[in-house]
Amino acid sequence: MTGVPTRGGRGSPVAARAVRRLRDAAPVVGVFVGVVLAWEVGLSLLGIQQFLLPRPSAIAAALVDQWPTLVDGVTYTATEAIGGLAIGSVIAISVAFATARWTVARESLLPVAIAANSTPIIAFAPITNNWFGSDNQLSRMAIVAVMVFFPIMINTVRGLTLVSPSSLELMRSYAATDWQILRRVRVPNAMPYLFTAFKVATTLSVIGAVVGEYFGGPRSALGVYISGEATLFRFANAWAAIALACLLGIGFYVVGVLAERLVLPWYAAMTKADA
Amino acid sequence: MNVSDPGPTRPDDEIASGDAVSDGGAGSQAAPVVVDVQGVEKVFDTDRGRLTALRGIDLSIREGEFISLIGPSGCGKSTLLRLIGDLTSPSTGTILVNGKPARAARLGREYGMVFQAPVLMDWRTVQRNVELPLEIMGYSRAERERKARAMLELVELADFDRVHPWQLSGGMQQRVAIARALAFDPKLLLMDEPFGALDEMTRERMNLELMNIWRRTGITIIFVTHSIPEAVFLSSRVVVMSARPGRITRIVDVDLPHPRTVDTRELERYFELVTSVREALRRHETDADAGSSDDGARIRAEGLA
Amino acid sequence: MTSASSRAISRTAAVAELDPSSRKLGRGQRALAIAGLIVLLLVLWEAAKWLGGDPWRLQGSILGVAFSYDHTPPFTWAVTTDLALPHVWDIANAFVQPAQRGGQPLAATLVGAALFTFQEALVGFVIGALLGLGLGILFVHAPRLERAFVPYVVASQMIPIVAIAPLVVIFLRVGWLSVAIIAAYLTFFPVTMAALRGLRAADPRALELMRSYAASRRSILWNLRLPTSVPFLFAAFRISASASVVGAIIGELPSGIPDGLGGAILNFKQYYVSGPEKLWATILVSAMLGIVFVGLVTLAETALTRGRYRAPQA
Repeated sequence: MTGVPTRGGRGSPVAARAVRRLRDAAPVVGVFVGVVLAWEVGLSLLGIQQFLLPRPSAIAAALVDQWPTLVDGVTYTATEAIGGLAIGSVIAISVAFATARWTVARESLLPVAIAANSTPIIAFAPITNNWFGSDNQLSRMAIVAVMVFFPIMINTVRGLTLVSPSSLELMRSYAATDWQILRRVRVPNAMPYLFTAFKVATTLSVIGAVVGEYFGGPRSALGVYISGEATLFRFANAWAAIALACLLGIGFYVVGVLAERLVLPWYAAMTKADA
Repeated sequence: MNVSDPGPTRPDDEIASGDAVSDGGAGSQAAPVVVDVQGVEKVFDTDRGRLTALRGIDLSIREGEFISLIGPSGCGKSTLLRLIGDLTSPSTGTILVNGKPARAARLGREYGMVFQAPVLMDWRTVQRNVELPLEIMGYSRAERERKARAMLELVELADFDRVHPWQLSGGMQQRVAIARALAFDPKLLLMDEPFGALDEMTRERMNLELMNIWRRTGITIIFVTHSIPEAVFLSSRVVVMSARPGRITRIVDVDLPHPRTVDTRELERYFELVTSVREALRRHETDADAGSSDDGARIRAEGLA
Repeated sequence: MTSASSRAISRTAAVAELDPSSRKLGRGQRALAIAGLIVLLLVLWEAAKWLGGDPWRLQGSILGVAFSYDHTPPFTWAVTTDLALPHVWDIANAFVQPAQRGGQPLAATLVGAALFTFQEALVGFVIGALLGLGLGILFVHAPRLERAFVPYVVASQMIPIVAIAPLVVIFLRVGWLSVAIIAAYLTFFPVTMAALRGLRAADPRALELMRSYAASRRSILWNLRLPTSVPFLFAAFRISASASVVGAIIGELPSGIPDGLGGAILNFKQYYVSGPEKLWATILVSAMLGIVFVGLVTLAETALTRGRYRAPQA
């Protein structure tokens, strides 16, 4: 960590970086292609029952065939995930600010939140279905909100309170008010913690929405579709829907990563330098 | 040999005994007293009992002086610095800064502080880091930018204003911290082992730069350090403290010529002063009342006595 | 006390002066605060029902003194009816009543179910932890393998295994072992990533020291890397423990494994109308299982690391 990063080198740095990235990605892509091929060929070669684990081609065909239904399902479930994520995050951040401020709140709420975070919150899905009705997206949004609440709240409290004593001494030497300290030190310090938890929350939200629907929901829900098709032994359809659910989860996570890069450009560069 | 032994101290004793240091203004008898510490004691109440960090501290510092506080680990020199900066309050005694209580001086933003760690904010560029106190103190944007740039010029980091702290070396980060401390033109600068984490060569370079800044701004500096050569090189007076509970055991007037340069370290007078500071430190480490018995054992074990 | 520890103490005391909100409570005070919080939650629960639930008609005797209490709440909310939000004491009561006519108390049934689910989760956790640690060790010593496979390790966690759990259980058809496999799947990712970080977290100077002894790779692993990775691993173990419980419960759901908590949840969900307290009781026990498992992991960590590791820096 000495000196300023120098520019220059030979040729175009952008092209060189792109080539390097491709080269790094090669083994990964290779493995993926290999697995898919093996799966496709292996199943028919070995005559394994395509009953429960259909060939990739069969799944792809199902994707095409069921596309409209699947899109409806993805939209329905994604709405639940986003809604729950938004509600849970907002409440979590608000509670975190209150918790960080008052010692009694912090010493009581934080341990309880950490304990609650270890529980299978999804088990409450039947309860919320009962409260709001299983045809109501609000049931799953409630579960997702609770699931994302705890990690976000815990991490935000950590970020707000784990400030170096030297920073606080510095602020005191400026006769800064508590509000100024919050704004200029604690909140920026908390942002990386918040985003770490938020990225975790994005994947949790999709999982929560889909699994919540296993406990009940309308036919247009992705989770209901998956369990329904599985009951009818139409596994190609089920796996196609699962594949889309995976992509949805990955998509949410990527959005989280992009949001982090947008809000905290300095953080990405800094952690890369440390690595 | 110009050594003043405060004894059961009184502010005037330091000035009356011996010659003033040889430089215009700094420490001369005409300059007003900017820091007046009287009868200060600091006791911490911890669950392991009461801890007396400082006892019976009396100290007067005049405008434009460079004062070093030096002493063994745990002698309370950092605590004394923080008492002067009103980052903590004394258990007994008074501290006046610029004629006001320390608290008023802090609220009036009359001093800047530099710690051993730069304590820069990763999410701000260098310039915005320097602007931090100005933002808190409500300067206008144009003022902030002007002052921050001027300070960065002073520490010779004007080209790095858009860089982030983690991209800089340790020495450069400390320079930014110094620029930040001076940004709002305080009359007093408190420094807690600012160069302690740097290697020796960078440290010597930073010492020269600090002398440069001191000369150009005429600011009063209180400097805590572990390094005897550094203390002697930089200061107009060196305050030697005993082990816990910390007391001032001796104040050494440093009558080396100004400006202090690389050649200053070659002067015979420099070596004499370093020796006298070292002896003052050593003598009071082996005093019967100089700290708890296990400190004494440790000192003997490390061959210092 | 030594001068170093006294300096640390005075520093902490100074910081506490500086930042009152960073004050920590004593252990007794904290327990009190937590107990207070739980009581507060219970009070809010009943207060909500008092304001907007079904009519209260309580009769009974406390310590031989008979009492009755009738109250009609001023509002009517859907969320606080006795069906949606049973009285706290009804839930407590459900534990001691038989779940089915003439059967054993619900508490016994639930504890049995919890142990069954715990067994699945534990087996899965151990398998996943060993696999994760093994992968970590492998990747640290073979960077090329790491580059090729770590993206898949990461991607594997994108697959909502919890969502696929029911299907996997049907597919594997080995009863409770399939559920254990799900738990293993959920465990191995955090443990692998923690192992990678922890095994590499050794101080480079310590590594140089080992090399100066011409220590073999296995010796370095055993004497340096593994001990260094312990705090990281336990952090991951705690996450995995709770994930294993979740995975086990979900995995039990559709496959009709009746002996575990998932089966109990399904059962009481079906008969919700006739006894909502039983479902709540089951969920409570599920929550306790998660907490207990993580608590056990934390105990193991304390036992293993007490006094040997520096406290984490803030």
